[in-house]
Amino acid sequence: MIDLVLLGDVLAGTARLGTPIAFAAVGGVIAERGGLYNIGLEGQILVGALGAAAGSFATGSALIGLGCGIICGLISGLLLGYMSIRLRINQLVGGIALNLLLAGLTAFLSRQIFGAQAGGARVNGFSQIDIPFLSDLPVVGPSLFSQDPLFYLLIGLAIAAWFWLMKSHKGLDLRAVGENPKAADLAGVPVFRMQYLAIAVSGVLAALAGVHLVLSQVYVFAEGMSAGKGFIALAAIILGRWSPIGAICAALFFGFCDAVQFKLQFTSPEIPYQLFLILPYLASLIALVVLGAKASAPASVGLPYDREHR
Amino acid sequence: MNRFTMQRRIAIALLLALSVGGVLILLDGHNPFEAYEVLFLESFLNYWGFSNTLVKASPMLLAGLAVIIPMRAGVFNIGGEGQIYIGGLFGAVFALAIPDLPGLLGVPLIFIAAAAGGAFWAAIPAYLKAYRGTNEVIVTLLMNFIAIHIVSYAVAGPLLAEGAPYPYSEEVSEAYRLPILIPRSDTHVGIVFGLAMTVILYFWLRFTPSGFHLDLVGRNARAAAYAGVDQKKTIIRAMLIGGSLAGTAGAIEVIGLKYRLFHLFSDGYGYDGIVVAFLAALNPIVAPLTALFLAGLSAGAGTMQRAVGVDSSVIEVVEGLVVVLVAAALVTPQTKSTSILKPLAKNLRLRRQTQRQKKEA
Repeated sequence: MIDLVLLGDVLAGTARLGTPIAFAAVGGVIAERGGLYNIGLEGQILVGALGAAAGSFATGSALIGLGCGIICGLISGLLLGYMSIRLRINQLVGGIALNLLLAGLTAFLSRQIFGAQAGGARVNGFSQIDIPFLSDLPVVGPSLFSQDPLFYLLIGLAIAAWFWLMKSHKGLDLRAVGENPKAADLAGVPVFRMQYLAIAVSGVLAALAGVHLVLSQVYVFAEGMSAGKGFIALAAIILGRWSPIGAICAALFFGFCDAVQFKLQFTSPEIPYQLFLILPYLASLIALVVLGAKASAPASVGLPYDREHR
Repeated sequence: MNRFTMQRRIAIALLLALSVGGVLILLDGHNPFEAYEVLFLESFLNYWGFSNTLVKASPMLLAGLAVIIPMRAGVFNIGGEGQIYIGGLFGAVFALAIPDLPGLLGVPLIFIAAAAGGAFWAAIPAYLKAYRGTNEVIVTLLMNFIAIHIVSYAVAGPLLAEGAPYPYSEEVSEAYRLPILIPRSDTHVGIVFGLAMTVILYFWLRFTPSGFHLDLVGRNARAAAYAGVDQKKTIIRAMLIGGSLAGTAGAIEVIGLKYRLFHLFSDGYGYDGIVVAFLAALNPIVAPLTALFLAGLSAGAGTMQRAVGVDSSVIEVVEGLVVVLVAAALVTPQTKSTSILKPLAKNLRLRRQTQRQKKEA
C-alpha cells in the first residue's frame, strides 16, 4: 500500500516536473524541423515566466498572465529568428547570447517590477482541475487527472503539433525547409516566412514552460528559475528523435528521473541522488551516440539559408 | 573585413552594449556615468578591487583560451564549464591523496592531473565529432551537467570533509597552495600561468605547422584534406588542448583560491570563456585583455550596486548584449557563414585578389 502511495507521488511529480521540459522540447522540435537550432530555450523559459508573473501580478488574473507570457515568448522567438535568419549569426552563438541577455534582463526587470522583496511577490495562478470520474481512480487518478489547465493544454498541443508537422501541407513545407531549403525554395515554399513562423512558435512554446513554472507550480518569479530546463529540453529533442510526441515522452522520462531524485533525497539518503540527476543527460548522450543523430536530425539544421548561394 | 574594421566593429558593439546598459541604469533612476565610473574605478584602479578583478580574470582567461583553440579548428567547445569541474576534481583528488610532496613537485603534478581531467572530459566530444560527426555543442552541453553532478556527488560523498556543515572536501595541504601575487589579497599566480599559456599558444598558432593546421581545418576543411592535413587528428588535438586549459582553470580555483573542492565551485567561468573568446575575435593574444575587461565588469558590479544603488543585474544584460552585438558585428552581410571564421577567410581572399590586380595593373 505504501508503495502505491509512493508510486502515485512519483507519477504526480513526473507530470509536474516533466511538463515545462515538454513544452520547451516541442518548441525546440518545431524550430529544428524548420532548420534552426533554438539554443535560446533556456532564456525564453525565463522570459515566459517573467511575463506570466508580471501579467498576473498587475491584473490578478492568471489568464492575462498566460497571455503576457505568450507575447514575451513571441518577441524573444522573433528576436532569435532575426539573428539566425536575417543576420545569419551562428545559431549556437546567437542562442547562447540570447540566454545570457535574457537571464540578465529578466533579473533586472523582476527587481524593477516586484521590488526588492527577497521572496518575490506571490501571484495568482491556475488551480488544478479534477476530471470527473477519472480523477477518482486510484494511483493514476490524483496524479494524472487532477492537474492544472496547462498540463491538459500540453496534451492538446502535442497532438496538434504532431498533426500539423506530420500530416498537414504546411507541416510538410516546414520539414522540407529543414531538410533542404534550396529545394523547398525552388518548389515555391516561402523559406524565410516558414522559418520565422517556426522560431516564433518555438519561442511561444518555450515561454509556456516558464508560464507553467510560475502559474502552476510556485506562483512567484525567481531569478534563474529555469535552472537548466531549456538545456534538458535540448536533450529531450534528441532522445525523442525530433518528433513532438517523442520529445514529450523524453521530457516525461526526465521529469520521472527528477521526481525519483527528489523522493530519494528524503526517503533513502544512502543512495546518491545525483545518480538520477545525471541519468537524463547520460540517456540523451547514449541516444545520441548509439542511435546516431544523422539519421533523424533534419539535414540542414543550423545552416543559414542564403538564396544567392549555390 | 580586415583586422582593423573587425576591431572597430567590436569596439562599436562594446560601446553600444554599454550604452544600452546605461539606459537601463537611467531607468533604474541613477546616473549611468556615475555608475560606470564607480564600476571601472573600483575594478581597475583600486588596490583591492583590481586584485579581485585579477582573481576572476585568471579562470576566465584559461576558459577563454579553451574556447579559442578548438574554435580555430571549427569546433565549438561549450564544455569549458564541465572541463573546469572535472579538472578541479582530478586536481583535488590528487592533492588530497598524495598530500606530502614538496610544493615545487606537487603543484605541477596537480596542474598535470587537472589538465588530464579536462582533456579526458573533452576527449569524448572530440572523438564523437571527429569520427562520428556528432554535434559537439550538444554533447559538451550535456557533459557540463554530468560533470557538475559528479563533483556534487564527490564532495557530498567520498570527499566530504569531516564535520562539514555543507558539501565540501578537506583542505589541500599548505605546500600545494598557489603563492599570492599581490600582498594581503587573494590574487594568486594563476593569472601568470594564464598569461604564459596565452603567449605559448599565440606563437604555436602563428609560427608552427601544427598550429597552422588548426586554422586550415577551421577555415576550409576540404582544402586542408587536399593539403594532406589529418582533419580528425587536428580536431582531437584542438579539443584536448582546450580541455586541458579548462582543466587547469579548475585547478587554480581549488589550490589558488578556495583550498577545498566545493559543490558548484565554478561560477559559470566556462560560459564566460565563450564571451572572452568572442570579444577577442578568437585571437589568443587579445584574450587577456577581454578576460580582464569581463572580470572587471563582474567584479565591479557588486561595488556599483553598493555605492550607487544600481542593480548589479544590469551588468549581466551588458554581457549578453556584448555577445549578441559582437557576433552580429563579426558577420559580414551576404556571406554564408556556418563558422564565424568563414567571412574572415573570404575577405582575406578578396583582399589578396585586389592586391594582385593592382600589381598587374
